[in-house]
Order: sequence, then C-alpha cells, then structure tokens
Amino acid sequence: MKTVFYGAALLALALFPFHARAALGGRVETVEADRVHMKGTVQVRQANAYSVHEIQAPNNVLVREFVSPAGVVFGVGWRGPFMPDMQQLLGAHFAHYQAAVQAQKSGYVGRRPLNIQSPDFVVQMNGHMRAYSGRVYLPTQVPPGARAEELW
Amino acid sequence: MVRRVLFGGGVVSVMAGALLLAACGGGSSGSNNTSPINNVQPISVSGGPVPGQIYPDGAFTSVTICEPGTSTCQTVGGILVDTGSIGLRVLASAIPGLNLPQLSGAGTGLFSCVSFVDGSFLWGSVAQADVKMADEVASGGSVQVIQNPTGFQIPTACSNGGVNIDNQVALGANGILGVGPEPVDCGFACDPSSGTTPPNVYFTCAPNGNCQLAQVPFAQQVINPVVLFPVDNNGVIVEMQSLGGTAATDSGSLVFGIGTQSNNTLPNAATVFTLDDFDNFTTNFNQQALNASFIDSGSNGLFFPDDSIPQCAGNSIAPGFFCPASIQNLSAQNVGVNGRNNTVNFSVDNAVNLFQSNPSDAAFPTLGGPNGSGICSNQNSGACSFDWGLPFFYGRKLFSSIDGQPQPTGLPAAPWWAY
Repeated sequence: MKTVFYGAALLALALFPFHARAALGGRVETVEADRVHMKGTVQVRQANAYSVHEIQAPNNVLVREFVSPAGVVFGVGWRGPFMPDMQQLLGAHFAHYQAAVQAQKSGYVGRRPLNIQSPDFVVQMNGHMRAYSGRVYLPTQVPPGARAEELW
Repeated sequence: MVRRVLFGGGVVSVMAGALLLAACGGGSSGSNNTSPINNVQPISVSGGPVPGQIYPDGAFTSVTICEPGTSTCQTVGGILVDTGSIGLRVLASAIPGLNLPQLSGAGTGLFSCVSFVDGSFLWGSVAQADVKMADEVASGGSVQVIQNPTGFQIPTACSNGGVNIDNQVALGANGILGVGPEPVDCGFACDPSSGTTPPNVYFTCAPNGNCQLAQVPFAQQVINPVVLFPVDNNGVIVEMQSLGGTAATDSGSLVFGIGTQSNNTLPNAATVFTLDDFDNFTTNFNQQALNASFIDSGSNGLFFPDDSIPQCAGNSIAPGFFCPASIQNLSAQNVGVNGRNNTVNFSVDNAVNLFQSNPSDAAFPTLGGPNGSGICSNQNSGACSFDWGLPFFYGRKLFSSIDGQPQPTGLPAAPWWAY
C-alpha cells in the first residue's frame, strides 16, 4: 500500500467545472468534481485490485471512491456525522438509487438499516443521527481480486 | 421577548425566553433535589397510532406540546421513543390546535431536515415549543414541525434521493422523540463558529422557494428536550418489561435523570460503556469487532451482519428481516471505549413465521435483520455495526447519559450507556 497526494487538480478542474456530476460508474477523473463539491482534500491509496480515492470534507464526512484498473468508479462508501450528497456521488445511478429506496421503504413499517442487494446494484446504509455510514457499488463492475466487504 | 440571532448570514428573530443550553454551562444534576417531581413517563409497545397497521417493536409515548409560555397545549400520543436520534419531531397534522412560532428572519423561515439510514427523510419548520412529559417541562426549545412546504419544493440537498415520510402512515407515528446521548441534532458543524459550509441539516427558505443551507447556533438547534428540564436533565432510563416471547404489547417507562432521584440511581452491578466520537461502542460478534455499534430504541429489531442467516423474501410479509429455518440462539459481547464489557445472549427467529402466527401482536423479542453484508475489515471499513434495537430493551433497564451534562460522582463523563 502506498499513499500519494492527488495531483491533477488543475487539469480536472478545467475538465469538470463546479457542479460537474460524478462519480459512480463514471471515469476516475470525476472524483475531482466530488472533491470540489465537498470542499475536501483527497488522497489516493492503491489496493491490490483497485485504487481508493479518499475524500475528507471539512465537516468530518469521509467518502471513499473505488476505482478499477480500467479507470471506472465501481463503488463509493462514506461515513460521518451527515449524509453525503447522493446525487453528486451516484451520478447516473442516482435515479436507480431513488427507485430502489422507494421500493424497499414501501414494503415495511419500522426503522432499520437500508439493505438493497440486487445483482447489479448494492446499497447499504447504517448508523444513527450524527453517525452515518453507507456504500453503493456495482457488483458487475467490481474488478477481479477485489472483495466486496472492502468496499465501504 | 424577541431575540435576534445571527445565522446563515442573516438576522433571525426568535420568539423565546432565555434559551440557555445546559450543555453550555447551565443545568443541574446530582442527588440534591429538595422536592422530587414525577420523572416517569409511561411508554408502550402497542403497534403505533395508525389504524389497521402494526408497527412491530416500536415504543410509543405521549408528549404535551405547548405554545411557548402559554397554556395553549396539545397532548399527542403515538410518539416514537428513539434513543438513536435527538430532538422532538412532530407531524403538523397532529397539532392542529397549536400555532408554534417558527424561527425566521429577513423574510425567510428556518427549516430542519433529518436523514434516516433507511433512506427516508423528514422536512419541517423549526419552531419553539414548551414540551412536557411526566412533571418535567422543557421550555422554549426548538422542535421540528413536519410538514411539506407550500409553494416550493423540498431542496434536493434534503431529499437526497430518499423517501419523504411526512405523514402518519409512512412515519408509523405522530412524531419522534429523540432522546439519544447528545443535546442537539447537529452540534458544532451547524454552529456559525465552525466556519465550514453547513451540512444538509438546516435551511433558510424564502417564500419564493429560494432555500440555502444555514448555520444555526447551538441554542436554536432542534434539542433533546431532556437537557432543558430544570432538573433530571443529564440522561434518561428506558426500562421495558421482560417478555417470555412474542406478545400483543409490552409496557415500560422513560425515566428522566440519572442519579438525581431515588428512582434513577445507577445500580452498582451495572456496566458503564463509554462511547466514541460517533456515540458508538464495540460489539464482538462472530469473531469480529464491530466498532460502530450502538443501542437504538428506534430500530425495530436487532440488526447485525451475519450472512449465514437467510433473509425473508422481498415479497413476504417480513421483507428485510431474518428468516432462519429455526430459531438462532446467539451471543455477543458489548465493549465500551473504557474496556468495560458484558456478554449478551439473544435469539433471532423467523420473522415471517412470527408475523403470520401472531398477526395482532406488536412486541417481538426475537425480531432481527441484516446490517450490511460481508465482513468488518480493517481500516474500520465494511459491515462493522451491531444495531441493538428495541428487542434488546425488553427486560432491561438501559441508562443513557447525555454528552456535556454533569453526571453523578464516580461515573465517567457522558456520553455513555449503562445497563
């Protein structure tokens, strides 16, 4: 494992101006749009089968974006005292998320951690007020060698 | 009296008496009360207030809400007792007789947004109210009045792709009483002194629907009513009767204060579990240290990661709960940040069978479900949370101390849980 500071901020800013939408399913370059949106700092860590772009926001929310060797964001995870901006993080998959949450919530009475596990889309959230954690990933795009439990 | 408070770059008028957060220096504690008052609020597991709908493992109480400083009050039943959130949130439709003053200023109103981990959210105005339970009175604190805005849309920063549960059927309750281990729902990150962009918790909205993220000082944030009580303000006890098995109902008490009266003393035999910065402790389960675990009366089951237990079918009457072929007798160990620990034996049964065999029951001690999947890996990543929901409360007396509030001599600084 090695840690390097993200170094393409200026280029990415030029390519993806403020409010550009990222990230799940998008190219690695979209991580920068999320960083700008969160006013955070980013560090990149290399895991065995993928890289982790870790964005730390000033309000203590931590977002991890998991990027395949092909340069595709195949998962995002987060934790912190607040929910991250899901539309920003999920990009093209935001509508999928909305529909899945709506479908699940209409099926029961009560309060519990979110758990959506379909063949091509996994969403899991847990925690409580002031301590949220969650992840969304695309199982069909998880690169060989990556373990799903690491994607959080 | 009108107070002017700066937030979000604007001037806000607050109709209220002196709002002094006990966490910021006021408050009283200790066992020196000269005239004890009734500090016991009954709670019940009764299926909730929605006709024809059973809310399994939900603990409900009633709260009297008043226009500040007046005797114009309304008592609202069907309020969910929730140690996993902070502050009173009530449906506007449940308090039709009240006109609670909304925090507002410069042509904008102040609104609150709360996100839940099931993907639901609540939007509503921030209003001042006196909140009464048992003989305790919380005067002039902020509450959330749940109501869709008229004339504009809820900002996407609040809805965030989630489901609006702004009505009794969707909420399963008339409101939520958040009595978790913090004094307010947001804290420093929303206070102007943080100097950061506010999170998606408070918004100011002009009548034309122009909403902005807002900073709100501690004293105006939606508040745990307990910290505003003149006495018995340092924590709560949630105590539920034990159950031999599934039951129509269960009863219990929400007791205010810890070590402030003869009825809320922490027993010597109790274990105190101090909490981390996220108000979590560790639960050792299946050879894993689940370090984001917590106790939450507002979760209607025991939710933990165990891929070996089958889940009920999505089209069953118990989607998302566990459905083992036979009852599972399990064990876990809770460990505080202070290292104090306690072993918990618990059971999880087949939720479809439970619901089918007991169609009119509301109390299920063996109701459980998944909380993430896979393992809890290193780097605090993965499925690392055991959510001890309401079944954990049956037959226990759970003490929850509130961050910043003075605790009895000999006990650690809050926040902590003890049982």
